[in-house]
Amino acid sequence: MKVKILGTGCPKCKKLFAEAEAALAASGVQAELVKIEKLNEIMGYGVMMTPALVVDEQVKVAGRIPSKEDMVKWFVEAASQNA
Amino acid sequence: MNIRDWPRLRRLALRIFLAHMAGLAWWLIYRNLQWFSRWLTYDVFGMAKDSHLSSAVEFFIYEAPKVLMLLTLVVFGVGIVRSFFTPERTRRILAGKREIFGNALGSLLGVVTPFCSCSAVPLFIGFVTTGVPLGVTFSFLIAAPMINEVALVLLFGLFGWKVAALYAGTGLVIAFFAGWAIGKLRLERWVEPWVFETSTGVGQSGPDEVLTWADRFRYGLDTVRDIVGRVWPWVLGGIAVGAGIHGYVPEDFLASFMGKSAWWSVPAAVVLGVPMYSNAAGIIPVVQALLEKGAALGTVLAFMMAVIGLSLPEMIILRKVLKVPLIATFAGVVAVGILIVGYLFNILL
Repeated sequence: MKVKILGTGCPKCKKLFAEAEAALAASGVQAELVKIEKLNEIMGYGVMMTPALVVDEQVKVAGRIPSKEDMVKWFVEAASQNA
Repeated sequence: MNIRDWPRLRRLALRIFLAHMAGLAWWLIYRNLQWFSRWLTYDVFGMAKDSHLSSAVEFFIYEAPKVLMLLTLVVFGVGIVRSFFTPERTRRILAGKREIFGNALGSLLGVVTPFCSCSAVPLFIGFVTTGVPLGVTFSFLIAAPMINEVALVLLFGLFGWKVAALYAGTGLVIAFFAGWAIGKLRLERWVEPWVFETSTGVGQSGPDEVLTWADRFRYGLDTVRDIVGRVWPWVLGGIAVGAGIHGYVPEDFLASFMGKSAWWSVPAAVVLGVPMYSNAAGIIPVVQALLEKGAALGTVLAFMMAVIGLSLPEMIILRKVLKVPLIATFAGVVAVGILIVGYLFNILL
């Protein structure tokens, strides 16, 4: 499973990365967490407002930092689909 | 109704009750601030009436909580409104719209769509590659930062609703005309060519979440935490400086060089305003104190619009997607609009 944080390096993008990391640890799901900073790639996901969270190539949220519970829920869902 | 719904309903009722109580408390405190600031300054601190220091202290104790309370309330409301307008939805509305109507719509949507200058570039690419005309995109990009909730709250709180409405109205007119002019000039050749070659997934798979009212409330609270948390030191600092000016600078001191008779004050205000950025929250209270000491309203409006609407950092960010002549045109057209507004209000009022 792959979790991507899309953002061009704004303060909120860094915050989302840190919070996603924490949520991932809390969810107990094994996943690879990567930062996507290239504009072309970000645009490829159709995201116009950073930061955005992508779980298994699916944009979950853009332009805001989701709650920890929501992130944990998405991670667990995606993990169960992969299994 | 199912019996299992009861706990949920009770929780909902409790929340509504708490929200009302919070609103009532807000209102009671807000209504009594004037009285409270006098009481604290003269009775508790025992300061002499009509001294420079006491009038500065009274000003600060009254204005600082007033502006912060207004800011919290309005930013919360704006957060809820914005939860209805995602950039994706705005893009869909604007795609394929023609000039005039498109420019008007773009300016209006610029006010309600969540925007931060850090996403100006992806937004720009997303708009122009999916059929939003360049001029309409610019109307949006001019209105979005210029007419923002923090500026409006400060204007409303410190100058009253008329000035706030004037600011919003003229800001919209500038965004409309500047975008229209840029569209008419056909400046697409000054957009970096790679922008149009970017393959975007915009409009195909963007997140289209369904939000409940609880989500929208949370979004509103997040917006408050984000915006008020960021600007409050500026607001307090600005009000403190404003309080100093209020107490110490003599009446009509500024009339000679920021008053109506000094024709050069409007362009000077614009030039001074451009490099200042993000501390608009701190500048408005200072500007209000200046106005009180004889500066002209048109000059003051021009200054604020230049500070908020024409920001150097944003132009540097936009350089990624726009060539220099287009940035210069954009800045020039907006500056001309601001100058006209400045002179107009100095003449009319």
